[in-house]
Amino acid sequence: MMTNPVRRITQGQFSFLPELTDAEISLQVDYGLRRGYAWSIEYTDDPHPRNTYWEMFGMPMFDLKDAAGVLMELQNCRKTFPQHYIRLMAFDSTRGVESIAMSFIVNRPAVEPGFGLIRQEAAGRTMRYTVHGYASARPEGERGGNGKS
Amino acid sequence: MAIATGVGGGATAITDAKRRYKAGVLKYRQMGYWEPDYVPKATDTVCLFRITPQEGVDPIEAAAAVAGESSTATWTVVWTDRLTACDNYRAKAFKVEAVPNSPGQFFAWVAYDIILFEEGSIANMTASLIGNVFSFKPLKAARLEDIQIPAAYVKTFKGPPTGLIVERERLDKFGRPLLGATTKPKLGLSARNYGRVIYEGLKGGLDFMKDDENINSQPFMHWRDRFLYVMDAVNKASAATGEVKGSYLNVTAATMEDMYERAEFAKELGSVVVMVDLIIGWTAIQSMSNWARRNDMILHMHRAGHGTYTRQKNHGVSFRVMAKWLRLAGVDHLHAGTAVGKLEGDPLTVQGYYNVCRDSYTRQDLPRGIFFDQDWCDIRKVMPVASGGIHAGQMHQLLDLFGDDVVLQFGGGTIGHPAGIQAGAVANRVALEAMVKARNEGHDIRIEGPELLRNAARSCGPLQQALDTWGDITFNYTPTDASDFTPTAAAAH
Repeated sequence: MMTNPVRRITQGQFSFLPELTDAEISLQVDYGLRRGYAWSIEYTDDPHPRNTYWEMFGMPMFDLKDAAGVLMELQNCRKTFPQHYIRLMAFDSTRGVESIAMSFIVNRPAVEPGFGLIRQEAAGRTMRYTVHGYASARPEGERGGNGKS
Repeated sequence: MAIATGVGGGATAITDAKRRYKAGVLKYRQMGYWEPDYVPKATDTVCLFRITPQEGVDPIEAAAAVAGESSTATWTVVWTDRLTACDNYRAKAFKVEAVPNSPGQFFAWVAYDIILFEEGSIANMTASLIGNVFSFKPLKAARLEDIQIPAAYVKTFKGPPTGLIVERERLDKFGRPLLGATTKPKLGLSARNYGRVIYEGLKGGLDFMKDDENINSQPFMHWRDRFLYVMDAVNKASAATGEVKGSYLNVTAATMEDMYERAEFAKELGSVVVMVDLIIGWTAIQSMSNWARRNDMILHMHRAGHGTYTRQKNHGVSFRVMAKWLRLAGVDHLHAGTAVGKLEGDPLTVQGYYNVCRDSYTRQDLPRGIFFDQDWCDIRKVMPVASGGIHAGQMHQLLDLFGDDVVLQFGGGTIGHPAGIQAGAVANRVALEAMVKARNEGHDIRIEGPELLRNAARSCGPLQQALDTWGDITFNYTPTDASDFTPTAAAAH
């Protein structure tokens, strides 16, 4: 179990708040749609802080204008990957931005094993650090879940 | 040729070359530094000065003198001008207006040809624009209020090495302000104790910790020790949270060689960010910007010393001009004021600085002190930093004033929390996330803010304690620098 104050991975916009309900997620999706963003769903079982490319659950929903459609896709993703991390991401294609405008986690495994820090002592008291996911040593598809290996 | 209009009147440029270059002393306006009909070219730099002429000095002559002394003029006629295309090198004052409600003060618009400035050099531009002219005797005071830099000159700069968009991608943090804290006390902590503060703050939920401006390598803490302990704390916090974390390692030092050595060590240890102070000077800033670009490093700029230029309304350089120069010189973070905290800043004026940092195209906006349109030509955007006397109880005001693209730095407001540094960090992060969520849901956070904070505090003890401790703390003093075009007041409540 992770020991930080919220006892879980704190990536994304809302990890310090109580889990968002689907109604609350829907309001955030609406906000993004009003601003012209395209929503996308991504999932992973390797939430290393520098694992940039989570798996895409389909393409970004460029032409989707209704939060209900995003929520439906999210339900599909949750059904398929109930023990994975799932995040919603909103893309802003405005010139000068052309990047992600919102990102928050909407599904987590029952147990979040977290990360260890591997230190390699180098010259002159220098340290080389590796952030190592406790679950990532296990094969793909067997990393999430209820703490069983 | 030109006939003086607007304020004053009187002598005009002498067009007969024989008379113009006769040895002796002429008025600046007679020498060609006052051209009321001049229309700035698309490649001209235009400056707006606020000038206070000495008693009895005609404002147009004073404006012409500013144009002269910031370009080619000396106090007397020199025949060697005639060896040059001298009309090109003369800056041209072309408009003078009385400042509203400020007797004795005038706005003077001055245009500069692009040939006057070396490409990609803020040092060169400032040597002209704020060089001799600010000590010129016929003026009691002068202030560079705003500047319009032509696209052709903007494109000679590389700008921020990272920019706020790429910074977010590297940090994997989107859709909310970033959170930081400056390690306190500023002076005296041993490196080992210092790292403790870093670890607690980052693990508690902050994105960044920060060295203060005057932490370099004093007897109580050698810089290498600081970097080693800080990076241990940063990496440990990253593992504890699953987030990318950073701490601005201040590499400010006596020489460029020292700064490069410190920056290289920060890189070797895996830091995502290094920091310099404004007082290192323009040349050093541009050198560090090049270094940061070569080494994939975010460059944090602490504006230590800016108040000596910027604070007095009648003399110096407005911070909006400093911010424009710093964006071109190439910094990624820039302290730009809080409006609600302990340091100087009228809210609209401060918003003007933020816009200069973040806009793709800045429009004239007189209530925010912006006199000129400015095309930024796709140069990257600077992440403004709000730091100094702010706390969780002001979260709704901060988010409303500055939006998402800002680093909110709560130093005392994190480290001074009654339940400790982690609790202080939790309070700030919960307050921030709750406010972003509520804003996105459509709440009017300016009005509902205090209630939203109280609600969030019901399920977050540390936030409740923060509100109990600091909820009523405000710094309401009259700003010394507000727009001349609209009455403003410091944000209250």
